[in-house]
Amino acid sequence: MTDPGACYLEFRGVSKSFPGVRALEDVTFGVREGSVHALVGENGAGKSTLLKVLSGVYRPDAGALLLAGQPQTFRGAAEALHAGVAVIYQELHLVPPLSVAENLYLGHLPSRLGWVRGRRLQEDARARLAALGEAIDPRATVRSLSIGQRQMIEIAKALARDAKVIAFDEPTSSLSRREADRLFDVIRRLRDDGRVILYVSHRLEEVFGVCDAATVLRDGRHVRTFPTLEGVDRDTLVRAMVGRAISDVFHHEPCPPGAVALEVEGLMGPGLARPASFTLREGEVVGCFGLVGAGRTELVRLIYGAARATTGTVTVGGRPVRIRGPRDAIRAGLVACPEDRKKEGIIPIRSVLENLNLSRRRHLSTLGFIINERRERASARRQVEQLSIKTPSLAQHIMNLSGGNQQKVVLARWLGGQVKVLLLDEPTRGIDVGAKSEIYAIIHDLARRGVAVLVISSELPEVLGISDRLLVMREGVIAASLERGEATAEKVLSLALPVAPEPKREASA
Amino acid sequence: MSDSVTLGPPSGRPVRQCLAGLWQNSGMLVVLLVLVAGAAAFVPNFASLVNFKGLALMVATVGIIACTMLLCLASGDFDLSVGSVVAMSGVMAAVVVNATGSVPLGIAAGLAAGALVGLVNGTVIAVLGVNALITTLATMQIVRGVSYIVSQGKAIGVREEGFYALGNTAWPRFDGYFPTLSVTYHAGFPWVQWSFGFAYGDMSIPTPVWIMLGCFVFFGLLLNWTTFGRNTLAIGGNAEASRLAGIAVARTKIVIFALQGLVAGFAGVILASRMTSGQPTTGQGLELQVISACVLGGVSLTGGVGTMLGVVVGVLIMGTAQNAMNLCRIPPFYQYVASGGILLAAVLIDRLKQRRSR
Repeated sequence: MTDPGACYLEFRGVSKSFPGVRALEDVTFGVREGSVHALVGENGAGKSTLLKVLSGVYRPDAGALLLAGQPQTFRGAAEALHAGVAVIYQELHLVPPLSVAENLYLGHLPSRLGWVRGRRLQEDARARLAALGEAIDPRATVRSLSIGQRQMIEIAKALARDAKVIAFDEPTSSLSRREADRLFDVIRRLRDDGRVILYVSHRLEEVFGVCDAATVLRDGRHVRTFPTLEGVDRDTLVRAMVGRAISDVFHHEPCPPGAVALEVEGLMGPGLARPASFTLREGEVVGCFGLVGAGRTELVRLIYGAARATTGTVTVGGRPVRIRGPRDAIRAGLVACPEDRKKEGIIPIRSVLENLNLSRRRHLSTLGFIINERRERASARRQVEQLSIKTPSLAQHIMNLSGGNQQKVVLARWLGGQVKVLLLDEPTRGIDVGAKSEIYAIIHDLARRGVAVLVISSELPEVLGISDRLLVMREGVIAASLERGEATAEKVLSLALPVAPEPKREASA
Repeated sequence: MSDSVTLGPPSGRPVRQCLAGLWQNSGMLVVLLVLVAGAAAFVPNFASLVNFKGLALMVATVGIIACTMLLCLASGDFDLSVGSVVAMSGVMAAVVVNATGSVPLGIAAGLAAGALVGLVNGTVIAVLGVNALITTLATMQIVRGVSYIVSQGKAIGVREEGFYALGNTAWPRFDGYFPTLSVTYHAGFPWVQWSFGFAYGDMSIPTPVWIMLGCFVFFGLLLNWTTFGRNTLAIGGNAEASRLAGIAVARTKIVIFALQGLVAGFAGVILASRMTSGQPTTGQGLELQVISACVLGGVSLTGGVGTMLGVVVGVLIMGTAQNAMNLCRIPPFYQYVASGGILLAAVLIDRLKQRRSR
């Protein structure tokens, strides 16, 4: 290993603008060899853009990227890879129908005279995976693997390319606790090998757990670099991220619950193990907690008609509703914000205006079908102000907004209508702290106006903080319904964990 | 940081950036203008009002069908069956007119046949969830087969003269001397000479051109100014999000395909009227011309992006190129090569523009 004090990777005055957005402004910091360096900041702080500069997807408008003191100009991801820089994105870049081995050596398969050397390919792949402590069959298709295993393949892929710099973008967002721990082990091992690791995450516990240093970005600017995280506490980091201390993110004001707004009776369908029954009252915020795969999303999709239920009844405001699709639900005043914002929430290539008005165009139009531009703009403008959605203009493509602002747009669709029941699936996933608290405020505001709200969340402090009542799901079954007073973190978690003991973790090779 | 709200257009820009903006936003319009200017300067007989009228008549079929193809592409789907629908509706109209002696009945039969194909396409795609490419590839062949079967493989001449009106009338009747730019070539320097003058010609606007213009306006308004049009774009942008937001995705798609069939049927009837017969061989490869025109007009094949103005520009680019080549007496075999080249060049230009803006 070389001098541990040297910065192998350096950003010097890196700036990058997009039409209407200044994504990065004069960002300067360095990352030492053999260290794990965290890159933190709220959404829209510029982390993703910086990673794309690093991987050669974007070219900076000004400034330079240095590797071992040498300025680099990458004209694409291939050149960056060639220079030893690999970025592992949140959405993994693997080819699902191909085998593990083929994915590992994608683009440089071992070959002789153009013919792939199959045996050699598999042996190499097996060796690579074994070096990471993974016993995955190189002949298996990537499609058949878990997300955690796929991530390991991405890492092995980077190592197969002999990457010196490896950047992770929110690597644990879809991993289980156990898979995440495995990932951290691997990251530490890579660090000890003398590689340069850049680690982007919202989860500060992880940053403190696995990182040696941290750089904070805010609004595209470099705020501060902590050369060591020793003696740095969470509050200091959060303060640097948001520019203010967040003392109390969750404000909870219990509302006197009113009449039953939603009654679900014996609802059964794909993803559920047993028929589900529960009620929501007007003005009530009910949290729904469960581990990944507990059937929360499936339950909401069934209620809302996004998936077809096999049996069961849904009653909204005392009136049974026959739900064959989302339209029936919406007509009855039962609305939902889906889990996967990008795939199911927004129309990425259309404007903020169109995304805001998506669900009530008929209502805003003249005679029910002629677009009334003035009314549409007025309504959108009002919502942008009400929810303080940050956008350069209403004509901006929504995909250029940060995650938090996209979520607010999706939420805004349902405000002001005849909404009785609101189902939110992970409304704060991938959203920065500031936007989170704004979303909580919106939820409570709705509850105060008599809307019954169901909030699915994987973050225990969040559900505990905002809910009047809590539904716990486990393996496709609603395991319990707890009042605010009786729900403690330990109790909720123990209810959510599978009853049968998990199969013992195999000793890693 | 989240409590600032900024709205309104970005601040004004200098003229040069405006020009750059024009190139960036309507590059194909620039291409069309360059093409027209080039043809006017170097192709004899191109730059005259009478020729432009002929050009408009030539593109009428493609232009009419491109209107609904725009809707189809904007919603993220394809329709390959339009060429066959043109043939079948023409044949149907001819057969029914001959059988009943009634022109309106014949036209109605042609339209109904087209709409029916569209309805089947839409239902299979939207309700049964079959890929649009495959569905319309199948109906394209089925419909072509049906038109051969019904016509027994022969052109069906229409005896009823009233049927010719749709394709062969013009309004208002209008002739006289119209400005033309004549181009003459010489052996010596200067090789090209231009002179401006007036030439006699018939400038009555043919009915099919009026119908095409009507379609441009009607479907342009439909796409931009109705909930139906906006929903179409939203579906093309993200069908699942649209469904969850309460848009009737299946119904909208069925309507789009039915409209597509209806309009292709209409174009087929007009064509049959122009040719005074229903011919089962017409419209081969027409679907690709129509899609080419849309792509030239900046319509995205993945859906969610497309404007009627763009489609008009795309249709005119194709028409201008073809017209100029005809005037130069370039043989049709070479015209295929040129048309393909133009499409490829246009898409490449677009690619380069996008890459530069990154």
